[in-house]
Amino acid sequence: MSTPALQQAPLREYTRIYGVGAYRPEVIVTNDDVVQWIDSSDEWIRQRTGIVTRHRAPRDVSVIDMAEAAARDALASAGIDAKQLGAVLVSTVTHPHATPSASAQLADRLGATPAPAYDISAACAGYCYGIAQADALVHAGTAEYVLVVGVEKLSDFIDNSDRTISFLLGDGAGAVIVGPSETAGIGPSVWGSDGSKHESIRMTRSLLDTRDYSLGALATPAPGASEGGAADEAIDGAAADPTAERAALWPTMVQDGPTVFRWAVWEMAKVAQQALDAAGITSEDLAAFIPHQANIRIIDEMVKQLKLPDHVSVARDIVDAGNTSAASIPLAMHRLLEEQPELSGGLALQIGFGAGLVFGAQVVVLP
Amino acid sequence: MASNEEILAGLAEIVNEETGLAPESVEMDKSFTDDLDIDSISMMTIVVNAEEKFGVRIPDEEVKNLKTVGDAVTFIAGAQA
Repeated sequence: MSTPALQQAPLREYTRIYGVGAYRPEVIVTNDDVVQWIDSSDEWIRQRTGIVTRHRAPRDVSVIDMAEAAARDALASAGIDAKQLGAVLVSTVTHPHATPSASAQLADRLGATPAPAYDISAACAGYCYGIAQADALVHAGTAEYVLVVGVEKLSDFIDNSDRTISFLLGDGAGAVIVGPSETAGIGPSVWGSDGSKHESIRMTRSLLDTRDYSLGALATPAPGASEGGAADEAIDGAAADPTAERAALWPTMVQDGPTVFRWAVWEMAKVAQQALDAAGITSEDLAAFIPHQANIRIIDEMVKQLKLPDHVSVARDIVDAGNTSAASIPLAMHRLLEEQPELSGGLALQIGFGAGLVFGAQVVVLP
Repeated sequence: MASNEEILAGLAEIVNEETGLAPESVEMDKSFTDDLDIDSISMMTIVVNAEEKFGVRIPDEEVKNLKTVGDAVTFIAGAQA
């Protein structure tokens, strides 16, 4: 009996980024707003983080709403119709449903159904993980055009009284389209993880803790309250008082800043150099450096460690946008290209790193 | 192996580079935070540069115990021994 010849998807040699889109929520939170909740000052925050403002989304704007706005912008910028999408990837850690995914609903809203769709949980490295995946999917002939969205509504997972990370965080979405190319447009991804440091950036509790706390409150109603009253009051109180009660009920982000700083600068500078080496270029060849916008002092110290030449444009979107986790690199890329359109076609080194710990870096041709 | 005086001088150089503080203000009994006004991020930069300069490893959990310049000198001298 002869074995039938099996067809495999034809490989494509090259891939590139076709367009970038952004969504920045309208609410702007200043340092003066933040210091109402933590005993601090505008100067203290600027000096330690470089942040002056951060954008936050109103209650009725969801992760999927933000992703949709950025995705439509990216599709328009790339000149690609949603029907051409062979996959929809959404990197986020703040979509408030473990299932169903944000990506499947996003694909449907965009008119990309039945494109395969899945979410990526890689925190601040999520966008670079998405590019690694999209590059591989297009390369392997599995998909022609892939939408990659980095989106976060971190304001749903902060404790305003926390001094470790909450005051850094903002909301937003950035998106790109990856597709086949005649020339090389995405260098090899250098990506990885180190779960032994999972506690250095984390949520304060799991959803099971929140469930048990709520049930505990239900079991002991406040005097005079009807059954369930205490839990309701606690939840209402949490909404009214964004500090104390909410912190007790709900998972929020915390970090060990100095540990993360050391890892982010000195370990990630090595990863960034590996991405340059893997792409066969040096920092002299770069037009731009677009690191995850975690903290301006991490960015500045990385620039120093990598000895980037002065002609390299360094993204510092963090000053106005804060740290938007998975959204920060595409948002920063969008802004760089708006402010310096001549960078289009140049080489950019992008690197994401964060909770997990996880990291990812590539050199890309700017759309 | 460096003497305590040499370690102090080396640390003062690193602190000067990171913060602009005069090297002679970096004295054994000075607290990094209270006297020298060094924040946790600058402290980490100083620690990494000190590791490189003196060929020692200063773990993250040790950094919080280094309250004064003298603490850092003692730790580095011990780690070199």
